Amino acid sequence: MTAAFLVASAFLASAVEFVEALTIVLAAGLTRGWRSSLTGLGAATVVLAGIVAALGPTLKLVPIDALRLVVGALLLAFGLQWLRKAILRASGYKALHDEEAIFAREAAEAQSAPSETRAGLDWYGFTLSFKGVLLEGLEVAFIVITFGSTQGSIGLAALGAGIALVLVATVGAVVHAPLSRVPENTMKFAVGVMLTTFGIFWSTEGVGARWPGDDAALPVVLAFVIALSFASVVLLRRRRLVIA
Amino acid sequence: MKFLRFWWDFVVGDDWRAALGIAIAIGIAAALVAGGIDAWWLIPAAVVAVLYISLARETKAS
Repeated sequence: MTAAFLVASAFLASAVEFVEALTIVLAAGLTRGWRSSLTGLGAATVVLAGIVAALGPTLKLVPIDALRLVVGALLLAFGLQWLRKAILRASGYKALHDEEAIFAREAAEAQSAPSETRAGLDWYGFTLSFKGVLLEGLEVAFIVITFGSTQGSIGLAALGAGIALVLVATVGAVVHAPLSRVPENTMKFAVGVMLTTFGIFWSTEGVGARWPGDDAALPVVLAFVIALSFASVVLLRRRRLVIA
Repeated sequence: MKFLRFWWDFVVGDDWRAALGIAIAIGIAAALVAGGIDAWWLIPAAVVAVLYISLARETKAS
């Protein structure tokens, strides 16, 4: 159960980030040339792989309770950000994430930027792609490292992220357009729920408290976070209707 | 400085009060466990409170 949950969490979180990275790579590629954009993508991927390869084994040296406490606290702070934004989007208080609009904005900015060649590359296209992939990918690296090290299996977390990468890259290469049909807002909601669930579970274990039923408590915590999130959406939607 | 700013935005985001609330809850839970109380219920309860306050602030602002 925990292994499946781990792979699913890493897959969902990574897929969301890869869809966003793809939008930036496409905007850079279509407006500034594919060579610069794909070189930026490759360079960022190498840096990210280096971060995971360097930090992953190092974290294995940290005692598991201390690791769970720190990772749980970080995931809880990080996950609540995602969850809050997802609840605000679902209840109409925040605009939905729109990949087509983001693509149009990025492409317009890239088109109007001055041309500068460095190392044989269009520098704007390279840096746009590099920064975009690095920033989106850092979230994936963070999730793979924290989830994987705490559960003692960076490989499983990396597997979830790898499946997401192959899927998004394949679909992106075929459709050659931002993946606006991906239910990104729903996926972000699910990721917020999962990050918050793991954050609650591990930070509680990290302080030394014992869950009733040990690992069997994880699905209960998940159900609790889902119920809390949906109740929040329903209450906020009602409040919005009353105000309107 | 940019490096620290990035990590602050990355982990804490735009509501530092929520992160502080979680940090305080974890500190209290650790103290209770050290005192012999198995406070597994404290962090889930804190999440409800933190989320409620954070959403209330955000929706009031908009």
